[in-house]
Amino acid sequence: MLTPMHKQLLNDYQQDFPLSPTPYKDIALSLGITEDEVLLAFNELANEQFISRIGSIIVPNHIGVSTLVAMAIPNEQLQIVADIVSHYPEVNHNYERENRFNLWFVLIAKDDEDLQSVIEAIEIESGFKAMQLPLLEDYFINLGFEMDFDD
Amino acid sequence: MNIDKIDRQIISATQAGLPLTPQPYQTIADELGISAETVMQRLSDMQEQGIIRRIGAVPNHYRLGYKFNGMTVWNIADEYVDEIGERVGQLDFVSHCYHRPRHLPEWPYNLFAMVHSKTETGVKQQQQIIAELLGEFNLGHDVLYSIAILKKTGLRIGN
Repeated sequence: MLTPMHKQLLNDYQQDFPLSPTPYKDIALSLGITEDEVLLAFNELANEQFISRIGSIIVPNHIGVSTLVAMAIPNEQLQIVADIVSHYPEVNHNYERENRFNLWFVLIAKDDEDLQSVIEAIEIESGFKAMQLPLLEDYFINLGFEMDFDD
Repeated sequence: MNIDKIDRQIISATQAGLPLTPQPYQTIADELGISAETVMQRLSDMQEQGIIRRIGAVPNHYRLGYKFNGMTVWNIADEYVDEIGERVGQLDFVSHCYHRPRHLPEWPYNLFAMVHSKTETGVKQQQQIIAELLGEFNLGHDVLYSIAILKKTGLRIGN
């Protein structure tokens, strides 16, 4: 279960994790607890998979190129095509969604030529068209996503 | 926006996750054969240059109870999409808001907003709030729920 400290760490440290030699100690000082307590709480959050990691988040398309891709696959072939797609190391997220376009994934490659060759390979291997939806503009306002822990 | 090999190595190492040890940047520095000061300075520089958006805990929405994520998609006239996108992106339940190309006739939507809720009804209410905000600028919309996560890995980049 999430303790009040877990919740505070989750809401306060999605951004601005300290860039200092001893970040966990800095967090501990600002919360009035010990470094060991902070480390333990983050370990619990990670072990219970409430967080996937403490890490850096990259702005899209500054390193390499990426695109969202959607495919419309008949249900009986979806798993086969999903496995083909997931097999490519360039594929990052792969979701089944409720729509005629039911397979959605993000592709990342070092340049556009590589990206197009992976898409072509997926189309040939699967036998289905891939609709490319690259990012044109990112309306990024929120830093982190505010958790509602009231219920 | 030039980054070198060391920057890439630092990004790779920190994307995988900072170690939960008292001096995590020192641990990464030792692995890369550079100083902890260099790791921190370069992370700070890359944030300033807009290469790194943020450094922090990455929540697992699903595990935290936000089991319903809806990709809401909207058809907005191109001349208004930036203005509308900025407004939708400010809503606190929207985690991502992007302008993407249409593919007519099968895909008329050019604005994507990811919403997260603990209930399916919550997603519908969030969609309704966005629809009300857009008013007559909304020329059509849909919401795509995720049914299954087939693959999810952190962003990986080569060296």
